Parts: sequence; structure tokens; C-alpha cells
Amino acid sequence: MNPTRVILIGGGLAGLMAAIRVAELGHAVDLFSVVPVRRSHSVCAQGGINAAKNLKGEGDSTWQHFDDTVYGGDFLQNQPLVKGMCEAAPGIIDLLDRMGVTFNRTPEGLLDFRRFGGTLYHRTAFAGATTGQQLLYALDEQVRRFEAEGKIRKLEGWMFVSAVLDDAGVCRGVTAVSLRSGEVRAFPADAIIVATGGIGSIFRQSTNSVACTGSAQSALFQQGVNYANAEMIQVHPTAIPGEDKCRLISESVRGEGGRVWVPKTPGDTRDPRAIPDAERFYFLEEWYPKYGNLVPRDVATRAIHKVVFEEGLGIDGKAMVYLDVTHLPREMLTRKLGGVLEIYEKFVGLDPRDHPMKVFPAQHYTMGGVWVDNENQATNVPGIYAAGECEYQYHGANRLGANSLLSCIYGGMLAGPAAVRYAQNLAKGSDTVSSDVYERERKRQEDIYEKLRGQEGSENPITIWKEMGETMTQHVTVIRYNKDLEAADAKLAELQERYKRINLADRARWGNQSLHFTRELGNMLVLARLITQCAALRNESRGAHYKPDFPERDDENWLRTTRAEYDNGSFKIHLDPVDTSLITPRKRSYKS
Amino acid sequence: MAEGKTIVVKIKRQASPTEPARWEEFSVRWRPNMNVIACLIDIAENPVTRYGKPTTPVSYEANCLEEVCGACAVVINGRSRQACSALVDHLDQPIRIEPMSSFPIVRDLVVDRSKMFEDAKRLRCWVPIDGTYDIGPGPRIAPERQQVAYALSRCIFCGNCLEVCPKVNEHSDFVGAALINQVRLFNMHPTGAMHAHERLQAVRGIGGIQECDNAQNCVKACPKGIPLTESNNDVNRQALLDAIFGWMFR
Repeated sequence: MNPTRVILIGGGLAGLMAAIRVAELGHAVDLFSVVPVRRSHSVCAQGGINAAKNLKGEGDSTWQHFDDTVYGGDFLQNQPLVKGMCEAAPGIIDLLDRMGVTFNRTPEGLLDFRRFGGTLYHRTAFAGATTGQQLLYALDEQVRRFEAEGKIRKLEGWMFVSAVLDDAGVCRGVTAVSLRSGEVRAFPADAIIVATGGIGSIFRQSTNSVACTGSAQSALFQQGVNYANAEMIQVHPTAIPGEDKCRLISESVRGEGGRVWVPKTPGDTRDPRAIPDAERFYFLEEWYPKYGNLVPRDVATRAIHKVVFEEGLGIDGKAMVYLDVTHLPREMLTRKLGGVLEIYEKFVGLDPRDHPMKVFPAQHYTMGGVWVDNENQATNVPGIYAAGECEYQYHGANRLGANSLLSCIYGGMLAGPAAVRYAQNLAKGSDTVSSDVYERERKRQEDIYEKLRGQEGSENPITIWKEMGETMTQHVTVIRYNKDLEAADAKLAELQERYKRINLADRARWGNQSLHFTRELGNMLVLARLITQCAALRNESRGAHYKPDFPERDDENWLRTTRAEYDNGSFKIHLDPVDTSLITPRKRSYKS
Repeated sequence: MAEGKTIVVKIKRQASPTEPARWEEFSVRWRPNMNVIACLIDIAENPVTRYGKPTTPVSYEANCLEEVCGACAVVINGRSRQACSALVDHLDQPIRIEPMSSFPIVRDLVVDRSKMFEDAKRLRCWVPIDGTYDIGPGPRIAPERQQVAYALSRCIFCGNCLEVCPKVNEHSDFVGAALINQVRLFNMHPTGAMHAHERLQAVRGIGGIQECDNAQNCVKACPKGIPLTESNNDVNRQALLDAIFGWMFR
């Protein structure tokens, strides 16, 4: 065994899991993260993680989990790996349990499970309502143990800038910039794994963390890595609207019995508690009697849009609906949902145990992402792997709640060993690569930074970011019209022009956050245009992608992955067949 | 306060660790439900002081913006807390924002809290597992015990408890309440407990639990309501028992 070095970009669940796997195999890991890994966005996941353990006597099975996931994703996934994920899930829960995750327990001391959207089974293991936090901490602690043993080196506060590709187009490492000193440096590796998470910042008011910009994915895309199903963006039905961010109110709130409603009378100004049951419209329960409040997210989000914008029933005439838990026992609420109710309490100032919450949909997740193969998380560029939200493999056109934590960990588990195998089989390791290859890329990136730092102009990066976010949220989320998508793309092109005239008020090298953000913004604009153009192309409605002008799913023409290739500023979009070899696509409906 | 009003924010700035600190005042347009982060974003969009002098955007740390990642701890109106959950309408003006003083400054509101993660390494804050292969379920745990552990495990490593502790300063290596709480958490876990001695030995070492002089500021500063003083007492007792009787079990 030759010792190899693998670079991990991103320290959320997927990145940490992959890092652990590589270290376990005895190879060196450099783990890059823009934030201390314990502060990664996985920490925000609330409700839980799915695994068909069937501990509630319901006859649940991993096949049923697989079927729910594919059906929930409207059949856009390549199925074999999704099946693999669902089969691995019970073992993953056991592993996390062994790592000390404080999962909620039954009186017998076993793991407790709750219901989530898009399934009729109790399949979701949870740690209060901060499951992502608890999972992230468990993996962070395992990584710290390897770090203490010298097997993993953490580079926190270093931001990925680009892949280093040799003359044959093989990835030999990365360049990264120190967010503190501003130094750009090249780091050699035999393989790299990208695990950089979501892209919420492109929509600005999203449920994502500040670090979720999609910049790394976009940079790699511009270097030749393919990007798939970009148009598949999940809008979560229940978030607290906010200016700096929309704060998620977990689906688990409905899983534990929370009900969504609006007053039946438009503009009813009464206190919600004074409105009798008969005068409330529980629209999800009425429209979807079988799944009720636990329809999948795309369905719930469109229903809320309908009730607010078509039927004019939003609270006080505004874009908001009630999410109500006031009928549920307080002790249970605190024990199972404390973490999420606390967020509402702190940021809105009302206790949801007494006051129905006011919520509205917000951008939450990208099902699309870096294209990876059907086997081991490899991208089309030799030496580059991807895992977690940043890749496209597991969720098709709509992700089921509590499947994201699972796909992050499963993807990381596959990517780590796959990257090691690849590196072991390399005829020539990165140690044989000429230092010129690294210096060339480093210099290229440093020059871009220097140019940006000295640039004169009248544009401000925050203004451009806000305009991008508004455009994307308005036209490229829940309801999409081709005319609007074209206008949005034109607007984004205009922003790209204005981007060239950005004037950074800060010319320092040390701790210059505007500089790094602006670099990311350039990449965000590219990805925003890709999302918009792919959305324009897909003339059907499938999962989260909904076009009123094409209201039906069209398998004949669109049971296809949109795989994009970067071509000198424009995008070549290929339509690849989807592997539906295990479950034949059928009509998706949650009505009965 | 009505729309159209402005709020005044005073921020302690420092371009780098070697340069002197200074205060700058900004005027920001008020909107409903604003938090301190929204003010900082406004300033980045228009980096001009209240007196019309162009300046640089303020450097600060933030990530989740829902008080679960721990990044955005700063001192606001004299109180160490998370900037994301500091709602403008609940703050006296001018709003004074400064970096935490118990950690080395990087720039403006950014400080270096890596000490906490280094201490977590030293105190062996993890459950040592044999490997990540699928080797069956973990230990059974009573729901009551899980509830206690869960409350401890919500620590976001924000550092507020260290900031308010009189014993955390440049003259002391005290690990602080957050890390002592971690020792309790891992010693509680059935597998973690097998290695309790290593943690207790470390927590009796330099900067260990003996440094705590029970000021109890930590528990009041914790945004997650973790029973830090209870953890302190518990680990203190464990460390004492381990020091006296530990040899009998080894």
C-alpha cells in the first residue's frame, strides 16, 4: 500500500464521514473548511435521519424506504445507489448510536422513531429537534480523535479556490486561500473529495447557512466538472420569513402532530386562538386525506402558495399560514421538539406552545449538484469525487425529509474508500507532478485576487448579491414560467456585467471578508444562470420543478438527467437517460 | 419605532492584531425584526460611518444565523452573546458591539477560538469506537439518561461562558465551563465511561477544573441553557473520586 493523500473540501456530515473513512484506511487527509467544522451547516438539520429499522411493528422495510424515496423524488434518481443507501441506513444509525449521538429513546432504552413527510411509517430517528447538530458533533469528535493521532490535518479558515489539473486533465490537488492572511497556496493530493453542501446563498433568503454559497461547485464546474439537475431546487414549506435568513421550522413539527391551517374567512383579524375549529381551513388535511400534513415538501409548498396567492387566504392577507402545535402536550413538545420551538421563541418572541406559528415556504435544498457516476461518487474529472448536498445522486426531483443526513453520510462512506482506491491505482502519484503545475494554477488564482482587490468601479457586492437573490427567489423557485426564466437569465447576465465593476471598499489582504465573498459571488452568478437555464429547458412538471404551462410529468421526453458541461461561459446541456431498472415509474399522487 | 427611523450602531474596529483598536459609529435604516447581523450586512453594503466618512465593511463571524452553530458570539452592550439572536428592538441604543476579549483578536469582531477545540483534543472529548464498520447497535440507554445527556450535548462552542469567566484570561490556562461540561457528557456515555479516567486525569491537569472559583457567570451566559455549574460540580466530584480511589480500578 502506497501512502496517499486525499483532500476533503468541506467539513459537514459528508466531508467528515469521508475523512474518517480515508483515515481509517491509513491514508493522510487534509480537511479544508471555511468555518471550524463543528459550525458547518449540517448543524442546522433538525428533524431526524431516516432508516427502516421497523422498530414500531409496522412492517417497514428498506425496500419500502427505497420506494418512498424514489416515488418522492418523482423517479428522477438513478435507482441502484438509492437502494444501496436505504439498505445501509439501519447500519448507519447503529454506527451513529455507537458514536454517542443522543438519540431519543423508548422506555425500553431503544431508539425512538417518528414520522416524516412522504411516508406512512415511523422511520425517522431523532435527537430532540437538533439531530443534524448531534450527528455533526459525533463525526466532529471522531475526526478530532484522528486529528489527535496525527492522521487528519484540519485546515479550517482556508477556502477552496480551484482544482489543480495537470496537462492530462487529472486532478492533482487544489488551490486554497487563507481567509485570515489572504495567502493563496497550492496543496498537492492524489484525489480530492468535494463535500461543500448547499447553495442557498444564491437565493439569499434561504434556510441555509452563510457558508452555503455553492462557490466550490461552480468553480469546479467552470474547470470541467459536470453539474446535473441544476433546476431541482427544494423550497421547504415551513420557515419563519426573515431578512437575513429564513429560519426553518422542521417537518418533524408536523410529524409529531402539528397542523397547518388558515382562517376560512379572508382577512380574518382575530387572534388565531379565538378562531373556532369550524372556521379554520386545514387545507393539507382536506386536500390530501391520506398523508395530511405529511405530504412531501414540494406538494405542501405548492398547496401553501395556492391557498395564499390563488385563494387569498394568507394570514392578515399576507404571505403566511399557521403551523399549529398548541393542541399538543407541552411536555412532549419540549422533549421532542424543544430545539426548533426555541428558535421560534427567540426570533419571533412568542412561545409556539401557546401561539400558532406563522410560517411561509423558503429555499431549503438543492437536489441537483455536481454530477457523479452511478457507483462510487466519482465526477467526470479523474481524481475528483463528491458527496453530500453538493452532488445530485440521491433525491431526484424532490428530497424527502430526513433523507439528507442519510445521503450525506452514505455518500461520504462511499467517496472516502473510492478516492483511496483510485489513488492506489494511479500509475504516477502527485509526488511525481512537476511543481510548475501547482505554481501555474496558484499564480493564476492569486492574480485574480490581486486584480479584484485593486479594481475600480461603482458596484457593491452586497447589492449585486441581493438582486441575484431576489431574481432567483421570485422566478426560479416554486412556480416557473419560461418567459420569467428568460427575463431572470437576462437579469443575471446584467449582474455578471456589473460584477466586473465591483469596487471593494476594503483593499487589505488581512481578514478581508468582502474580497472572499466577492470571489464567491462571481461563482454564484454562474451557478444561478445554470439553474435558471436548466429550469427553462425542462418543459414539464416533476417534483419541485413546476411549470403551470406544462403541468404534467412527461416521462417520454423528460425522464432525463440534465447534465451540464461548461463551455467558455456558456453551458452545453445533455439529456441523459435515468436508470429506473428497479422500480418502474408510476404516476405520483398523494391524494389517496 | 416607525419605518424611516434609523438606529445607531457603535462598533469596535481593529484592522489586525498589531494595530490599535478604534470605535466607529454607523447609522442603519430600521426594519421590523432586525437583528445585529442585518445591521452588519447593511454596513457592508454601504461602508460609510455615521459622519459620512468612507470606511471598510466590518469583519465578523457568522454562519447558521439561528443560534446553533456558535459562530457569531460578540459582546453587545456589554453582554457576551450571539449576534444573530440579538434583536435590535430589544437593545438600547447606540448599540455597542465589540469582539470577545478572552480570545486573541484577528480583525474587528473576529477572534480566534481555536483554544476550545485544542482543549477538546487534550480532554479526549469523544466516544472511542472500534471502527465505522457495521457491527451492530450501540448500548441501550434509559430515556431519562438520554434527556440529561442531550441537554449537555447541545453546547455550540460559542465561548460565551469563557468570555464571562473571571478565571479565563491571559494569565491562566483554564479550560472553562464548556469543556468541563464535555468531560461530563462523555463520561456519561456507557462506552465513553470506559475511558473516564483519561479525561479526569486531563481535567485535573494544567488549566483544569481546580481553577474554577465558582463565580457561576458561565451558566447565565450560556445561550443553550446548559446546566454548566451542575456539570462543574459533577466533574469535580468525579475527578476527586478518581484521584483518591482511581488506582483501585486500574
